[in-house]
Amino acid sequence: MNTPFYVAPEQVMKDRADYARKGIARGRSLIAFRFDDGIAICAENTSSTLRKVSEIYDRIAFAGVGKYNEFDQLRIAGVRHADLKGYSFSREDVDARSLANQYAQSLGQVFTHEMKPMEVEILVAEIGEEEGGEDDQLFHILYDGTVMDEDMSVVLGGETDTISSRFGDLDAPPTLAEGLNAAVGALAGPDRELTAADLEVAILERGIGRRAFRRLEDDELAAIISS
Amino acid sequence: MNLPLFRPQDDPGPSFAELLRRSGFDDAVTIEGAVPVSEYRHGTTCVAIRYKDGVLLAGDRRATSGNLISHRTLEKVFAADHHSGVAIAGAAGPAIEMVRLFQLQLEHYEKVEGGPLSLDGKANQLSQMIRSNLPAAMQGMAVVPIFAGFDLGRGDGRLFEFDVTGGRYEETQHASTGSGSLHAGTVIKLNYRDGLDAGAVTDLAIEALFEAADEDSATGGPDPMRGIYPVVAHISADGYTRLEDDELADRTQALLERRRNQ
Repeated sequence: MNTPFYVAPEQVMKDRADYARKGIARGRSLIAFRFDDGIAICAENTSSTLRKVSEIYDRIAFAGVGKYNEFDQLRIAGVRHADLKGYSFSREDVDARSLANQYAQSLGQVFTHEMKPMEVEILVAEIGEEEGGEDDQLFHILYDGTVMDEDMSVVLGGETDTISSRFGDLDAPPTLAEGLNAAVGALAGPDRELTAADLEVAILERGIGRRAFRRLEDDELAAIISS
Repeated sequence: MNLPLFRPQDDPGPSFAELLRRSGFDDAVTIEGAVPVSEYRHGTTCVAIRYKDGVLLAGDRRATSGNLISHRTLEKVFAADHHSGVAIAGAAGPAIEMVRLFQLQLEHYEKVEGGPLSLDGKANQLSQMIRSNLPAAMQGMAVVPIFAGFDLGRGDGRLFEFDVTGGRYEETQHASTGSGSLHAGTVIKLNYRDGLDAGAVTDLAIEALFEAADEDSATGGPDPMRGIYPVVAHISADGYTRLEDDELADRTQALLERRRNQ
């Protein structure tokens, strides 16, 4: 009978984390930030059909980076969770915090028990009713189930430190145009130029009715980032 | 409530009804025999008329339980999504639940698939929901809606009638459902012309419901004393718009003036 090799649990966890981080770093990054009328999510994505940013519920959006099939599976599970919850209780009972916790549970479970961790990092964003966005929320969830509650902005993907330092810290929510121009500059870096066709941008906007999620199409986006 | 993750072979796809079943929400109740009509609420007359910019949906506000008026401000006309609406007649409880499921189904599909269903696809979904209500319909609790929408592909308003078996029938001019539908339908039939504008079609709908209320005890007429008017919605390329009560009050007043002078 073969004796299995002993591998320290620290080593197992480290190997899995390295594996997940490597997978995530291969893809392009995204920035989400609060602006004066809501939350914007700006992703570098040359495909106009395979989306990174999507609607979950009336005031909740989802964004994912890393392996597409894995975060898309999580996105659909989120839509299902929210719609089932809204159906059995009420629309106002659906909230981002509980969804973020569900995602964290699920990712944590996969990270410790499955062969392979999910190579994804996801964001659950929710806008509140308040003018000024005091109760807007950004939950950043990692491949191992770590949840972080971000305040003003967050970068997901590879090179997060470089991109966030280029984007800078916000003291107060900017306008949509200011924020988007800063985000595009930060994603592109000094040596590249990103156009509307290279980007996928969607916003959660206060005051446009029940469903606050809206995509900015290429021409609308081009008008904002060229100004 | 946990995160609904499915294995690929068990995945319910974009169907919300299927998701409900797989998540253990299937709570169908079976009973023997018919339910007495006085024991549940009935909603009545709704009409749909095509016009120049799209299609109009309208319904009165009364609900009855047997011979009693049980509700004076019931809403029977609903937005299904941005470019379609549904009007219901029949047992109010199952009908409103059906509309809620239908609205959720359309939104759920749109979010899961990343784009909306076609108008025919939406009508077909509603058909299936009516068919699944057939056992209840046989016990007296029938739901007979009208579905209307603006077909963005064709650039035109379209409307569909249904029967209790889920049969789906597209109409080219107008449709009506509920106990007052015979009278309302006759008024529309006599006054319908191609290319009515938004104002004229609104007046026609108000008049049709007024005549239905005049002849049918289960249809509620306009009630200026309480400020209750029919629900009227326009569905055009700009989407679903419900008309304000002020406009309906003015148009109802004008109709009453015309009648007085006749």
